[in-house]
Amino acid sequence: MALYSEKVMDHFRNPRNVGIIEDADGVGEVGNAKCGDIMKMYLKIDDGVISDVKFETFGCGSAIASSSMATELIKGKPVEDAMELTNKAVAEALDGLPAYKMHCSVLAEEAIRSAIDDYNSKINQGKAPEK
Amino acid sequence: MIYADNAATTKMSDAAVNTMINAMRETFGNPSSLYTVGQRAKEVIEKAREDIASVIGADPGEIYFTSGGSESDNQAIISAARLGMKKGKKHIVSSAFEHHAVLNTLNKLEKEGFEVTLLDVHENGIIDPAEVEAAIREDTCLVTVMYANNEIGTIQPIGEIGEVCRKKGVVFHTDAVQAVGHIPINVKDENIDMMSASAHKFRGPKGIGFLYVKKGVRLLSLIEGGEQERGKRAGTENVPAIAAMAEALKESAAAISNVLPVISARRDRLIEGLGEIPHSILNGDPVRRLPGNVNFCFEAIEGESLLLLLDDKGIQASSGSACASGSLDPSHVLMALGRVHDVAHGSLRLSIDENITDSDVEFIIDSVRQTVEYLRSFSPIWRDLVSGEKEFIL
Ligand SMILES: Cc1ncc(COP(=O)(O)O)c(C=O)c1O
Ligand SMILES: [Zn+2]
Repeated sequence: MALYSEKVMDHFRNPRNVGIIEDADGVGEVGNAKCGDIMKMYLKIDDGVISDVKFETFGCGSAIASSSMATELIKGKPVEDAMELTNKAVAEALDGLPAYKMHCSVLAEEAIRSAIDDYNSKINQGKAPEK
Repeated sequence: MIYADNAATTKMSDAAVNTMINAMRETFGNPSSLYTVGQRAKEVIEKAREDIASVIGADPGEIYFTSGGSESDNQAIISAARLGMKKGKKHIVSSAFEHHAVLNTLNKLEKEGFEVTLLDVHENGIIDPAEVEAAIREDTCLVTVMYANNEIGTIQPIGEIGEVCRKKGVVFHTDAVQAVGHIPINVKDENIDMMSASAHKFRGPKGIGFLYVKKGVRLLSLIEGGEQERGKRAGTENVPAIAAMAEALKESAAAISNVLPVISARRDRLIEGLGEIPHSILNGDPVRRLPGNVNFCFEAIEGESLLLLLDDKGIQASSGSACASGSLDPSHVLMALGRVHDVAHGSLRLSIDENITDSDVEFIIDSVRQTVEYLRSFSPIWRDLVSGEKEFIL
């Protein structure tokens, strides 16, 4: 049996939405080098909808695949929906992850929340124009 | 396919496979039985004992068959500890980067009231015999230091450590699982009292190994039952595996003088080529290391991703990253060398044998270079390092 599902390997080998957004409306970074995975999410938000998303990840196969899948799941979705994304949903969309790798998918969920929080705090401080 | 993980396990040699099959077919008897088929099986294991003893410079009566490296380590350490305790000696000296077969056994003994001193392995992964001497106390019952480290391949000054222990009258055990069959070893010249070995690391079968115990050094049994192995290890002997182990060891030992220079040269080329990757570092002493071992850290990438992508290119290797091993911490060996977490996660171990050609070596170097570059291209740590937000460690 392979360590990862075909879906995980596909997203790991060909990660979607890799890179950065220079003028992102929200940026979130979670994890730390101590635990071995770091994820950074960049969001572009128009009219309350995530119009573009990019990520950078330092981490294992599961962390890279989870980042990729998470970006696919929220792209084009309203911010409120993205806020609801759970690591379980990410793992299920990947046809499952080994139990000891579930913590890597938690980071994807947290990275998105953190980027949305960043967006919200910018709006509250009047730094980002509400579009 | 390029199999570069011989420190994890090796492919059995044809001769060992044939010996094993032959023994399964022909010498199926129980070596404890007095009739002919039993005695033939007995002859097979006693011949294996002689062959193994002669490779390491021991007497046949000093070799005990076990189920492998882990069992040998457990028995040697627990036996020395229990015997020491009877004399009120409850202190053990070891090193911070031993295999878990040793470290976890020591942990267990600590819970039983033993005190353990773990020696520093320094930046180059080599233990200083003077520090061994300084660590030995009146109540020290055992020094256990590995011959060669399984992750970074550094070879310890075993002869000198043995001399210190002999002088101090302390039993000296070495876990030589990574060394036996790969470099010349002589237990007498190197003052070794007990030595663990495992067949699957030198092209023999898995689940079989041996423990050398010098005549005059007492050994307690961990598995009670019949009188096999002179009462030190009960259980009907695994005759085919024992025969195959001896075959594999004879073969490996005989090949050392020819293959060692060839493998070492390829190792050195790998070290040179991978060392040219920016912000990388070789783990462990560049010279005093096993002929086939190469171990690097690459900053800002994670080891498991590197392994998976190398596997896609047909290269099988290993890493000390936490995510690759399923634990939360990166390799205790790399941490013992003083590597910080950020760097220890990005490690790669290649352990090559003579089947890896010069062109394989170049292919490995190119593949690792490309893969590290690719992973860095979307690593947030790398971005921070390049932009100057963070400082490079390597
Ligand atoms: C240094 C060292 N000691 C002990 C062992 C355990 O050997 P075995 O797998 O035969 O139990 C290994 C193998 O992983 C090893 O590399
Ligand atoms: Zn991970």
